[in-house]
Amino acid sequence: MSLTITKRPGVEARPAAAGRQRRRTKGGVSIWFAAPALVLFGLFALVPLGGVVVLSFMSWDGLGTPAWTGLDNWQGAIGDDVTRDAFVLTIKVTAFSWLIQAPTALLLGVFMAGRQRYRAVLSVLFFLPLLFSAAAVGIAFKSLLDPNFGIGQALGIDWLAKDWLGDPQLALAVVLFVIAWCFVPFHSLLYQAGVRQIPASLYEAARLDGAGTVQQFLHITLPQLKYTVITSSTLMIVGSLTYFDLIFVLTGGGPGNATRILPLDMYLLGFRSYDMGRASVVAVVLVAVGLAVSIGLNRLSGAHKMDSQMEGS
Amino acid sequence: MSRTTSRPNVLAGTGGWLWLAVIIVPIYYIVVTSFRPRSDYYAENPLSFPAHPTLDAYRQVLENDFLRYFGNSLFVTVVSVVAILAVALTAAYVVVRSASARARRIFQVFLLGIAIPIQATIVPVYYLIIKLGLYDTLWALILPSIAFAIPLSVLILTNFLRDVPKELFESMTVDGAGELRTLWSLALPLSKPAIVTVGVYNGLTVWNGFLFPLVLTQSASTRVVPLSLWSYQGEFTMNVPAVLAAVVLSVVPILAAYILGRRQLVSGLTAGFGK
Repeated sequence: MSLTITKRPGVEARPAAAGRQRRRTKGGVSIWFAAPALVLFGLFALVPLGGVVVLSFMSWDGLGTPAWTGLDNWQGAIGDDVTRDAFVLTIKVTAFSWLIQAPTALLLGVFMAGRQRYRAVLSVLFFLPLLFSAAAVGIAFKSLLDPNFGIGQALGIDWLAKDWLGDPQLALAVVLFVIAWCFVPFHSLLYQAGVRQIPASLYEAARLDGAGTVQQFLHITLPQLKYTVITSSTLMIVGSLTYFDLIFVLTGGGPGNATRILPLDMYLLGFRSYDMGRASVVAVVLVAVGLAVSIGLNRLSGAHKMDSQMEGS
Repeated sequence: MSRTTSRPNVLAGTGGWLWLAVIIVPIYYIVVTSFRPRSDYYAENPLSFPAHPTLDAYRQVLENDFLRYFGNSLFVTVVSVVAILAVALTAAYVVVRSASARARRIFQVFLLGIAIPIQATIVPVYYLIIKLGLYDTLWALILPSIAFAIPLSVLILTNFLRDVPKELFESMTVDGAGELRTLWSLALPLSKPAIVTVGVYNGLTVWNGFLFPLVLTQSASTRVVPLSLWSYQGEFTMNVPAVLAAVVLSVVPILAAYILGRRQLVSGLTAGFGK
């Protein structure tokens, strides 16, 4: 699940009240109100963030005391085929997830923004996947896709009665589909909100000029949704770097290493092979790529908009 | 967009119903299978309505400690959400009410936190939890959950509190109310919609969280619902209806929250958007 907040410009533009407020905060009461949040956030988020960089230069089996090993972990990670494959696979999953989710979410968002009664009812149902935990979704799809007792049997279509999770190519396709099932609802909500803010007068003018539905979509809806597209895409791309629980439950990274993306590689290195140093190297790469993508796409969205995102669960 | 075209858009309609099928079929499958007798699972059409519907699967799950896991999840979620709201609201209050450079820097630290992917810090969090002697306790789930929820919660509450007219705060001060009093009897009631949004969103995230429980707990006494689904899957390998019954039970509280607060949840998920 992911969220987006737009920080509004003019955060500090309060010259009139500034003097009085400054005097009040000199008393020192106010600032301490933020202390509990700062301490908790610092201890359990900022310290681990620094810690992951430090641990990437250490060797630790999860039990003893970490010891310095310099660049060993980094050299090991670069020379490791499994991690390298995981890196390539992550890029692949990111690209395909975007290609599947972005158009689907955009079209659904436009659909959901319509005022027709049946569309409102459908929108309520479209939201349902957001309520399920990734563990629940993974388990449900695993049994639904069972070659012998799953959907292939139900519909009597041979094409559907495949060993979906046993074949490397198919397993990857299933993972992409299930990811879309989980996350398209959220992104279509963003698009729905975006579409509803487009002034109706634009459409009225276009209709007077004789523009059809498709033309209206291409020449009004799409350009007007530019920022929504950028923000939603940022969330999708950064989110791809964090898909863990769903794939862990659905395939465990298999068959073989066919669906072992970087977050899974990190978990398996750390908590199955007890090589926390190598796991930390992967984590640092994830943080760096995530930040780079966020900042890069933020530039696109203009100087006044600061879109931020959080991915998780 | 108010598209009141008289001509129905057939293509869009078809697409909409098609997506509905994609969404509903798996959910329908979960529900009908959970009512199917274990013996019929291998015989009946997986998407048919069970010929002999039964609650056996639910009974089995409940007999296998589901209520304890449910209680654990409830405890972790309620404590986390209350704590998140308390610390995030006070922090947002400082950001909005204080014009000092320090308050602005605090806000920037939180903004930075929004870009940190939780997964990437799990190894040091694990180390920290062991060092604090909290491994395999429910507090091992609560404390990091609070920490990672803070940035976004502060942001939503800050954006909301900014819209409260300054004069209201000032009149409280003129009346001699202290900061705590102003926070309690002005900021708190006024930001109720934002508090509901932050509460429901974080409740959903914490309730469904999987990575923290997987890494930071291990015994059955500290197991929470999402992890229990995974372990049921291992225990009941030949009993798919029971596993899916557990899935249904895991969604019930969230569904209840969704029905009660759908509007807040939806607006919360798209919070601060546009403009």
